[in-house]
Amino acid sequence: MPKGQGEVVPEAPFRSYYGQPVVKQPIWHEPHMPTYLYLGGMSGAASAMAAVARLTGHERLELAARTAAFAGGTAGAAFLVAELGRPMRFLNMLRVFKPSSPMSVGSWTLAAQGGLTSVAMGSAVTGVLPVVGDAATLASGLSGVAMATYTAVLLADTAVPAWHEAMRELPFLFAGSALASAGAAVMLTTPRALAGPARAAAVAGAVTEVVAGEVMERRLGMLGEPYRKGRAGTLMRASRALTLGGGLLATVAGRSRTLTALSGLAITAGALCTRFGVLEAGRVSARDPKYTVVPQRDRLDAGAPAHVPGR
Amino acid sequence: MAEQRMGFFTDTTVCIGCKACEVACKEWNDVPDDGFVFRATSYDNTGSLGASTWRHVAFVEQDGRWLMMSDVCKHCTHAACLDVCPTGALFRTEFDTVVVQPDVCNGCGYCVPACPYGVIDRREDDGRAWKCTLCYDRLRGGMEPACAKACPTKSIQFGPLDELRERAQERVERLHAEGMTDARLYGESPDNGVGGTGAFFLLMDEPETYGLPPDPVVTTRDLPAMWRWAGGAALALAAGVAVCFAGRKP
Repeated sequence: MPKGQGEVVPEAPFRSYYGQPVVKQPIWHEPHMPTYLYLGGMSGAASAMAAVARLTGHERLELAARTAAFAGGTAGAAFLVAELGRPMRFLNMLRVFKPSSPMSVGSWTLAAQGGLTSVAMGSAVTGVLPVVGDAATLASGLSGVAMATYTAVLLADTAVPAWHEAMRELPFLFAGSALASAGAAVMLTTPRALAGPARAAAVAGAVTEVVAGEVMERRLGMLGEPYRKGRAGTLMRASRALTLGGGLLATVAGRSRTLTALSGLAITAGALCTRFGVLEAGRVSARDPKYTVVPQRDRLDAGAPAHVPGR
Repeated sequence: MAEQRMGFFTDTTVCIGCKACEVACKEWNDVPDDGFVFRATSYDNTGSLGASTWRHVAFVEQDGRWLMMSDVCKHCTHAACLDVCPTGALFRTEFDTVVVQPDVCNGCGYCVPACPYGVIDRREDDGRAWKCTLCYDRLRGGMEPACAKACPTKSIQFGPLDELRERAQERVERLHAEGMTDARLYGESPDNGVGGTGAFFLLMDEPETYGLPPDPVVTTRDLPAMWRWAGGAALALAAGVAVCFAGRKP
């Protein structure tokens, strides 16, 4: 059996009801949900960059980061509302605050992110109340890092096997992807001589994204299969190639506009592929009862059934 | 709130697959058409629980016997759908059952992949999530749920959960004494991954044979760990951004 790329996992025997799924597939649509994941992550990491740029006096880069954060947050929110079954009821998201619901925590985070980046952008464009705009930028640095990582918990906190079991790596995969995306967006919209930190962010993010994805697929064992097979596998491989290529280019992108454009676009495309690939892998793992039944049966056979301590 | 916890004990050994429960549920709750699909598997063209299927009779044809089971929402002690609902549309009633408020649900769909049993789903034409209410309206009126009322063999039994658990234990012991050693209870234990279910079953084979998860777990059990990992990633992100600016003059 060839080792290395795409290790072959022997088919585990298991029983099911006519091969039907046990759990429901996530009903989130394409392109809404994965695009939101990309935009929200990009916006969050861009906010963190804007805040640090403010503190370190990188004014031109800060403007680009503020703009990216505002654009990503606003467009992302629109995609999220369009995803609802009852879009007119989107405000019900702020009806309660529930720490047990990552969707609730995320809605409040997005509300803060959207509000703060809008104030920061408005102030930057109009020149009105610069102190308030700067304060909003600094505060959005905090909502931003939450924004870039909560989506990993959103996916992991489900019964979808390939997501739930990836709870450790998904936050780093998404944080890396967000940092790379924001680095790319800011690099594309800042004069080259002033975009050094953005290129560094693009490289660091790309490396983190690729490493976290690789670690995740390996640690998941059988549950890593959905990330390697079929359309999800194609998307994840494309993501890795684009992100690595874009990250490498970012190290030399300071030399020309063409290199900057190629690097930024490759990283952006890679980040989008990651989000679409993760959604698709989740769907596949929910659709095939194997991924639900086999790990649970193994737990029972090992004499270690699930329980809920302290609740 | 002084009500007892109410639930279902579904004894599959006496189910005759008549689907009266499916029909009664549809009629009482005005649940719309869930499609007419010829599945070509067994006498089951209903398929699975969903937004417009709140009782589902599974048919399993085996050598020498025929297993039938009326599946339903489990009304978990630790209900993932309820935990993750961001609007508060899902709530726990005075009967300790889990119900969606259709006037609050905004159709975010998060409850759908959260359920470890694949019960709740969104109606695409209506946009909201729906599932069994354990006939909340009938319970408030002092009546039993429509499915239990309609069941001609008492396969579906409704009552206070404590009583049902005792009755189920006696039933299993009797079946074992009669040589039916395959009989086992599913979901009744408060020590399981969802803290015990309000609707539990007596099965004659492994749960997965009926399309049930063998060892389900409420996903929010691991939520504190998830937030810790995400918190670590958020800190790493902040540190990473700071490093990217370090030593670079504007």
